[in-house]
Amino acid sequence: MSTETSTAGAASLPVLTAKDFASDQEIRWCPRCGDYSILAQMKKVLPGLKIPREKFVFVSGIGCSSRFPYYMNTYGMHTIHGRAPAIATGIKVSRPDLQVWVITGDGDALSIGGNHFMHVVRRNMDLKVVLFNNQIYGLTKGQYSPTSPRGQKTKSTPMGSVDNPLTPLSVAIGSEATFVARSVDVDIKHLSAILERAAAHKGTAFVEVYQDCNVFNTGAFEYATDKSIKGDHVVYLEHGKPLVFGNKVKKGIRLNSMNPEIVELGKGITEDDLLFHDEKLAEPSLAFLLARMRHPEFPEPMGVFRAVERPIYDHDVNSQIDAAVAKQGEGDLESLFNAGDTWVVE
Amino acid sequence: MASTAAAPETQSGPNPDKKIEQMESVVIRFCGDSGDGMQLVGNQFMNTSAILGNDVSTLPDFPAEIRAPAGTLAGVSGYQLNFSSHDIFTPGDAVDTLVAMNPAALKTNIGDLKRGGTLIINEDEFETGNLQKAGYASNPLEDSKIVSNYHVHRVPMTRLTRDAVDGLGLSLKEADRCKNFFSLGLVYWLYDRDRKPTEDEITRKFGKKNPKYAEANLRALRAGFNYGFSTEAFTTHYKVPPAKLPPGKYKKITGNEATALGLVTAARLAGKNLFYGGYPITPASDILHELAMMKNFHVRTFQAEDEIAAISSVVGAAYAGELAITASSGPGICLKGEAIGLGIMMELPMVIVNVQRGGPSTGLPTKTEQSDLLLCYFGRNGDSPIPIVAASGPGDCFYMVQEAMRIAVEFMTPVFFLTDGYIANGAEPWMIPNVKDLKPIKVQHPEGLNGQSPDSVTAEGQAGFLPYKRDAKLARPWAIPGTKGLEHRVGGLEKSDVTGNVDYSPANHHHMVMTRCNKVAGIADHIPLQDIDGPESGDLLVISWGGTCGAVRTAVRQCQAEGKSVSHVHMKYMNPMPKNLGDIIRKFKKVLVPELNTGQLLLLLRAKFLVDAVGQNKIQGKPFLVNEVVDKINDMLGGK
Repeated sequence: MSTETSTAGAASLPVLTAKDFASDQEIRWCPRCGDYSILAQMKKVLPGLKIPREKFVFVSGIGCSSRFPYYMNTYGMHTIHGRAPAIATGIKVSRPDLQVWVITGDGDALSIGGNHFMHVVRRNMDLKVVLFNNQIYGLTKGQYSPTSPRGQKTKSTPMGSVDNPLTPLSVAIGSEATFVARSVDVDIKHLSAILERAAAHKGTAFVEVYQDCNVFNTGAFEYATDKSIKGDHVVYLEHGKPLVFGNKVKKGIRLNSMNPEIVELGKGITEDDLLFHDEKLAEPSLAFLLARMRHPEFPEPMGVFRAVERPIYDHDVNSQIDAAVAKQGEGDLESLFNAGDTWVVE
Repeated sequence: MASTAAAPETQSGPNPDKKIEQMESVVIRFCGDSGDGMQLVGNQFMNTSAILGNDVSTLPDFPAEIRAPAGTLAGVSGYQLNFSSHDIFTPGDAVDTLVAMNPAALKTNIGDLKRGGTLIINEDEFETGNLQKAGYASNPLEDSKIVSNYHVHRVPMTRLTRDAVDGLGLSLKEADRCKNFFSLGLVYWLYDRDRKPTEDEITRKFGKKNPKYAEANLRALRAGFNYGFSTEAFTTHYKVPPAKLPPGKYKKITGNEATALGLVTAARLAGKNLFYGGYPITPASDILHELAMMKNFHVRTFQAEDEIAAISSVVGAAYAGELAITASSGPGICLKGEAIGLGIMMELPMVIVNVQRGGPSTGLPTKTEQSDLLLCYFGRNGDSPIPIVAASGPGDCFYMVQEAMRIAVEFMTPVFFLTDGYIANGAEPWMIPNVKDLKPIKVQHPEGLNGQSPDSVTAEGQAGFLPYKRDAKLARPWAIPGTKGLEHRVGGLEKSDVTGNVDYSPANHHHMVMTRCNKVAGIADHIPLQDIDGPESGDLLVISWGGTCGAVRTAVRQCQAEGKSVSHVHMKYMNPMPKNLGDIIRKFKKVLVPELNTGQLLLLLRAKFLVDAVGQNKIQGKPFLVNEVVDKINDMLGGK
């Protein structure tokens, strides 16, 4: 595949493949960890973006997922727990020419880094944030996380967790996100498509990926990955299309007042009666309602919940710089020093 | 500017009935309720005196509460300034003239007024309610101790201000807001100051938007001036001739202004853009405000969601190739510790400004202290050495913050720059430098492997970039994203030298910890030797650092003038320390270390040089008085 850059004056790029994005480091995740699949899809997606490899920066915090940058042959930072969004903010504000990805986990983004996550989303920084949600602290060997369901027995909750979990997408939407999406580690086609959509979005693109920790929380998302049953537990969102799902029986989601309900198609109910997905709605209520549909009561939506345009923080910061230079002229130290009341001592 | 017929015009020329007395140096303090505008008039007096050619030094002192209940002791705000016909280093010990706008201000400040000093009182505010709020059982103006110890001037400022602005259609509340300018006008007359700079400022500030307020403040200012000119109460006024400062062009500057100016200058000298990530905190916020106005210098300011995000954004910007800085104060610096450690591990250049204030915890947000030296030295996990430099006064911030930046980029390391609340808010005349005289800051980003051009980088070469291959100073290369062929990862995990790959092996960790330590220690070869004020050997060496420079220098010189064997070393490079410091110390019989903490530099000096140094410690949120240091010196020299 030819990857010509659109930058004026730049020479044509060498053809890049997934292999070009692989670093020389040995990958140290547990065998059959879901992270492998996400890494593989990322490496497949990047060459198609037609961005030179040196323009990518991957930033992560702490946790299993956060080893990710070491395995990408791009610029990268493996930083400290929870702070990746803030570190990525510093990169993107000062270097708008770079494409910056944040790789995080449920503990990293929503527990220790909850504050930074919320603020990076509401600022609409032009960052791609991928949250590997495995509902467990894997690196520290198995404590419950802010997305673990109530009652989950872990090393730190031998009698079951009494914490109410967060829904990452609800947090993002509540923080005024402009792009939110969900996919699953092993659904490689869907995941690639979602990562491509995220890369193309201008502003904070938030992607939650259900990821299997096969050591400390294996099977947490079996309902969404087991081919024999997932058709009844997952509904794929498509812009402008009705919410339809079901393995053998064709079912759909209908709105009853403000509440979604599952209906069987046929018997007088057609697709026209169903809820139609619209990812471009200015109001985030529909996206929020979809994010609240959780297993086992509902099929869990997969795909792009919301994709709207809003002013972008780093863009506006740099526009203000340009405006200041246009209005006041390029800064001059001599005149800055001499501004204000001065006096001369002979 | 047109003035209406009702505006009281000021008399010109001296009043033949009043005598002018010449003085060398005067300390004035304005104090009142925090809503009385005392900082504003103090600042105006400072500007006017500086323009007149006096050397000036200031000490703003305001409460942490924006508006404590009016009239209470907690709500008193003060502004002290020292102006002189010779060079001065401090805002002065005892106050010559105290302006007190209410009983609470009198109560909290009278103790600092010299016996025989001038006390100017707004007597309208000395009514029962205000007296009670200040805890006075009876009116102190009738107290014989006060009346006999000071020259007391009871001026009905509220009433006279109301009269002056009459006819402008102001509400009583609005009229009363002008009384600070009445007090300023009166003190201007008393010290023979030119009103013009303040009149210009009033016109500039209110003229267009609120001509009514401009007129009211101008009238109040003139009414105050005329009150001094005309009334019988003030028989003498004073003149402080210009100081003999070195020839040059000057402006007034505070420490925070000088820090911001120094940072923008450093970026220009390095040919880089400045990135500032910060979170509002007293007394550092003004640095953010200043830099936010310098966007045409390509300064990007980011007001983060918290202190941690602020320093984290700085780490990111540094990796991206910016001159990245943050500024905070004690509690914020504590929060930043982990990310500073990351900066040390990643070996990225950045400057962390710590405008110290009284601690621990929230402590005394608006008061000064020097109690974060050890926090900056050691306040991180692991052996995490960091260079530290400290400014000696407001104007010095301009130069020392550039030094901090120079060290950061030359040695690829975070650097602490220490100031304090006293330096940050205090102001002094600053000689405007010539840009071409400033020390350059060299920044290099590798553009290809081993000096190759980016286009000749081969496929094999791409894996070959060595992000932790060091130069003679042990600094690693600062390769920035966007550079073809130099893609590399940095992280907080221990890494192998040269390659930067994750490496937990025992010998490697030992090697890397020692390398980081040696790198910082080696900076000593690239900083100036310690200078000394006074003979190079003798009975007593006084060692100070940071904002106490002025008080200690003045005290030592006073003792030297009396023939005492005492010298002064003022340190600006705190880590590493100048190479000759140990030799200097060993040539004195005794060593005194005055500090606004319990003895932090003292601890380091004792440990490092095995010297039996003695501390002088003041932890009151206030700078040293010259006399306090003089007394201690005399004490150490055997009371001679």
